[in-house]
Amino acid sequence: MVTQALILAGVGLMAGVLGALLGLGGGIIITPVLTLILGLPIQYAIAASIVAVIATSSGATIAYLKDEMLNLRVAMFLEIATTVGAVLGAILTGLFNANILYFLFGALLLFSVYNMIRKMLMKPENIKAPVPDKAAARLNLNGEYFDKSTNQLVNYQVTNVPGGFAMMFGAGLASGLLGIGSGAFKVLAMDTIMKMPLKPSTATSNLMMGVTAAASATVYFFNGSLQPQIAAPLAIGILIGATLGTRLMQIMPTKVLRWIFIPVIGYMGLQMLLKGFGVTIG
Amino acid sequence: MNQKIKQETKDIELIIGKILRVGVFVAAAVILAGLAMFLIEGTGGYPANAHPSRPAAIIQGAIALKPYAVLMVGLFLLILTPVLRVVVSIYAFFKEQDWLYTWITTAVLVILIGAMVIGYFG
Repeated sequence: MVTQALILAGVGLMAGVLGALLGLGGGIIITPVLTLILGLPIQYAIAASIVAVIATSSGATIAYLKDEMLNLRVAMFLEIATTVGAVLGAILTGLFNANILYFLFGALLLFSVYNMIRKMLMKPENIKAPVPDKAAARLNLNGEYFDKSTNQLVNYQVTNVPGGFAMMFGAGLASGLLGIGSGAFKVLAMDTIMKMPLKPSTATSNLMMGVTAAASATVYFFNGSLQPQIAAPLAIGILIGATLGTRLMQIMPTKVLRWIFIPVIGYMGLQMLLKGFGVTIG
Repeated sequence: MNQKIKQETKDIELIIGKILRVGVFVAAAVILAGLAMFLIEGTGGYPANAHPSRPAAIIQGAIALKPYAVLMVGLFLLILTPVLRVVVSIYAFFKEQDWLYTWITTAVLVILIGAMVIGYFG
């Protein structure tokens, strides 16, 4: 039991560092390691992972607040959608068969691989033409941020509020169901659908992750899925790991690292997908 | 964005930053204390594969300094950190007389409280 706690703290540390270096949340790394390598039940892994997401989100938000990048109103408004989705997801996790969860998680990992490749091949951000939007104006969602690389204040307008809101519900659902931060889906909703610039989208997504995760974490906490001996060492490990990871990010060749780890994540995704069908591969 | 909204947003963000920092620090300290107790005693203080998940059981266990109960308190504090952030935001929007966002943020808090009730009775 004590040995397991130490191993879990190590897993958290590694997930925190890797998550930061690869640009993924720690949650997406934790569940495959806990289930495939340590052989823990997937429901326990998901509940522990969502607590780790809160730990990383709170840590990251502290860093972003100083940068004045995030859009608090966009975060608050869209959290209505993500929290409802997250609670629903957490309830579904308790009802679903473990095989369904393995299958969904495997599919998610393969999607993340696709997303990582797409991001790395993407050209630098193009400035989006502002489209005036009535709902966005009424909700006071438009904002501005200071871009350090170009040294200028960027004003932006958001558009397609209902589309972003719907996508956020899906992001919350995935977060509660699979114990992930679902930052990729959140950024997709703000950046691709609502046409918010990438930098405030990323900062706002980080802030939202914590509140979204808190919604499903309380369900897991009170229904007994949250195992203290698993979640506690993981949370401490990931808190230290994520801090370390953000420091390392500045001195390590992250691009090379990402290319190295893409096949690893793809392989884990395939393993989980097959486990969903009852097939185990080495 | 007009000047008033800009200033009030800045104030709110500052308070939120402080709350997050204190919350994470306190939660981490309690979890570390619980882990230290667990490592020293070599047991969680509960029968195999059992842990307290009801508030009354957690409080009783924490008073008796059972490692798993202390860990649950720490984990709950960690979960509470973003919830506290929402509470502070409601107050801040209210103070700035931004009624629309006072309501929107209150809705988020109601959903979070609903999650606790669902977890507890579900």
